[in-house]
Amino acid sequence: MKRFIGFVKKEFYHIFRDRRSLFILFGMPIAQILLFGFAITNEINNVDIAILDHSKDATTKEIINKIAASKYFSIKQMVTREADIASVFQKGHVKAVLNFEKDFSKNLIKEHKATIQIITDATDPNTANTISNYVNAILQQYQKEVNKEIIIAYQIVTETRMVYNPELKSVYMFVPGVMTIILMLVSAMMTSISITREKELGTMEILLVSPLKPFQVIIGKVFPYIFLSVINAVVIVVLSIFIFNMPIQGSLLLLALESVLFIISALALGILISTISATQQTAMMISLMGLMLPVILLSGFIFPISSMPIPLQVISNIIPAKWFIIIIKGIMLKGVGLQYIWKETLVLFGMTVFFIALSIKKYKIRLE
Amino acid sequence: MSDNKVIQVEGLTKMFGDFTAVNAITFEVEKGEIFGFLGANGAGKTTAMKMLIGISNPTSGKAKVAGFDVFTEAENIKRNIGYMSQKFALYDDLTVKENITFFGGIYGLSRKKIKEKSDALIKELGLDEIANQLVGSLPLGWKQKISFSVSLLHDPKIVFLDEPTGGVDPITRRQFWELIYKAAHLGTTVFVTTHYMDEAEYCDRVSIMVNGKIEALGTPKKLKEQFNAANMNDVFLKLARG
Amino acid sequence: MSISVQHISKSYKNVKALQNISFEVKEGELFGLIGPDGAGKTTLFRILTTLLIANEGTATVAGFNVVLDYKNIRNSVGYMPGKFSLYQDLTVEENLNFFATIFGTTIAENYDLIKEIYVQIEPFKDRRAGKLSGGMKQKLALCCALIHKPKVLFLDEPTTGVDPVSRKEFWEMLKRLQQKDITILVSTPYMDEAELCDRIALIQNGEILEIDTPAEIVKHYPKKMYNVRGDNMYKLIESLKAYEHQYSVYPFGEFVHYTDHRTDFDTESLKDYLKTKGLTDITIATTQPTIEDTFMELAK
Repeated sequence: MKRFIGFVKKEFYHIFRDRRSLFILFGMPIAQILLFGFAITNEINNVDIAILDHSKDATTKEIINKIAASKYFSIKQMVTREADIASVFQKGHVKAVLNFEKDFSKNLIKEHKATIQIITDATDPNTANTISNYVNAILQQYQKEVNKEIIIAYQIVTETRMVYNPELKSVYMFVPGVMTIILMLVSAMMTSISITREKELGTMEILLVSPLKPFQVIIGKVFPYIFLSVINAVVIVVLSIFIFNMPIQGSLLLLALESVLFIISALALGILISTISATQQTAMMISLMGLMLPVILLSGFIFPISSMPIPLQVISNIIPAKWFIIIIKGIMLKGVGLQYIWKETLVLFGMTVFFIALSIKKYKIRLE
Repeated sequence: MSDNKVIQVEGLTKMFGDFTAVNAITFEVEKGEIFGFLGANGAGKTTAMKMLIGISNPTSGKAKVAGFDVFTEAENIKRNIGYMSQKFALYDDLTVKENITFFGGIYGLSRKKIKEKSDALIKELGLDEIANQLVGSLPLGWKQKISFSVSLLHDPKIVFLDEPTGGVDPITRRQFWELIYKAAHLGTTVFVTTHYMDEAEYCDRVSIMVNGKIEALGTPKKLKEQFNAANMNDVFLKLARG
Repeated sequence: MSISVQHISKSYKNVKALQNISFEVKEGELFGLIGPDGAGKTTLFRILTTLLIANEGTATVAGFNVVLDYKNIRNSVGYMPGKFSLYQDLTVEENLNFFATIFGTTIAENYDLIKEIYVQIEPFKDRRAGKLSGGMKQKLALCCALIHKPKVLFLDEPTTGVDPVSRKEFWEMLKRLQQKDITILVSTPYMDEAELCDRIALIQNGEILEIDTPAEIVKHYPKKMYNVRGDNMYKLIESLKAYEHQYSVYPFGEFVHYTDHRTDFDTESLKDYLKTKGLTDITIATTQPTIEDTFMELAK
């Protein structure tokens, strides 16, 4: 036990004396959360649009007022001729132009039908899509208000309700993803680097030629990172609750336990990487290319797995991060208990056991 | 000022903040001389040499190398010297020939000249069989010999050798010194920095640096007499222990 | 026998690192492994410290088989790998403390053993190992290797890259450790350190050239050795090599070490020959061959 404490103490000295690792440990999670939370977002806010109103009657005025009043849009300018639309886009100030047809009110009353053309700048397709949806939503709302008194014989009214993330806040989606990335990065990359560093320095030789058993070296190496990763997870959750007002629906205890399980599987991967790399640089490359990319691309964090080609969907199953994201989304957003995520937990657990066994088996008691 | 003095150093000093790395050193080296520049690690050897080869500016003092001033004519100095260090010598992933061609090209030799030099070098060192092998696969001793010859490709007036022969076997080491003697015989001045004192015995003259100052300067024979020592190692021990 | 090596061979891919190596080191002996880089010294050390397994042959250290009883060996040997493996970001004291702890001991428990060495670096005990001079690193590494009172000490090139003063002090320390019944196996590429060992093995290209005491090894030199000097070193070497009776010609500091084929060699005739080659200030005198001469003779 004394040996173990001595070893762990030494590891903490290494971590706290290396600015670079300290930065990765604590600067990165905060930076990433803030970055994803504020900068990268699917929502639109105060998007500049232009209006081309051919009829300028009461109805169009009312609609325009409604749009202007919404927090999503601000009307930047009025266009008078269709020919000007192209130049408005080219200047790049506005993202959309609403084109009201001639005799809008008249048509609406006479023919029960009037047309608004929504022209969007689709250089950014996602935003273009969102804008047109939002405009549609506002128009629907207006239509409902107008038709309140009139009873139409047949009408199908779709009523959409977004559950678990009613305001469609993208930060809710990013928090689980960022947490997964950070835990993976800190646990796998930092342990693999810290083990290969000993190889590079030659101190690994001395550790091997000491009475320390392999598992003592491994546990001593990874213990500080379990501790630090847990702190990181707490920081991320606290940040998302207090800065982004993200509610945690489920049990915090369950969230903590699942996180620890994921951390351990990432640590085991880190050890595995260290057994196949001779230098810190290789360890870093393998961690980044072999772990980070799949976590970002294939875990369902950014790109939904269900819309991937089948082979990629199959591959995504062997990525522990995929399961962890399902689990924590369930706990954080849906508030589900273990009874709904036990399958995913079991998969993650199985993977963890496998990685640990493999890394202990791969860990050499000699140099070759 | 005589043409025979290829290195002239007077009161050369380098300060890093308050720390004096090289403290007013003064010495001269003649054409064709093998000059040993000795000192323990951290004595200031490397700093002094960096000033002489024009990659570090002195704080004060005067120095001329190959007739050029280290303050104002560093570019001319670089063109007239060769440099070989143990740490960086040749590219391991290029063949012997490719290395020769590359370094010849760096020094602006014509293609014809490179071919000529390369053939001569391969013949002289007996490299026919390994000329197309990767340098990385060669023994250390070979690398050092080739590296030294490469540093002489552009017929420099002075060649600087930084810790050249550590760790090689005694026979290869002597072959290396024979190459150095030959270069010196042909008129190239050889400036060797080393902390191996037995290497010093091979030099015509040596200086010993301690804490930034040159504490001893002369032929190995004279120094051994002066310090009443059996070899240069003992000279150094007596100097260092005061 | 403290160390016994029997017919050890080891290859990496197609490189033969060690070929049929055998030797024994007695208890309390200071045994030197002398050879250039790439001779196989480090490979041999790693086999004896249980870090590598030999392809052929057996070896025991402190009575334990290096393959079967590797755990026992790891408890009873001290190992100082090349390049002084220390934690650069830990202080002197933290390094020592760490190694004491992992060997299940404390600095206080074995302070007697390291005291003499440690007092020299104690003034810097709060300095990080990375900021120490080569000599101090070497002393700290030795303290770390000794902290658990090993029976056998393996020192792989402990004096490489260290200044002459520290080298000398280091060998003095080894001599004193020897008094405390620690067997020491030390490797070095410096031939001049050989005579400080009780016995040495000369090793090159994975093969042992000779094993004996330094004095005996020098005695085995088959020829009478001459120091030759002249005004021009290059011409001197070229002329001697061209001399029909030469047996060996090696520059050796300010002299050339020369041996002759003939048993009735007359220095005057050589002098006359060198004069005809245009050399002046010629001196020729007998001298004692050194370990290095012997090494070259054997490696030829």
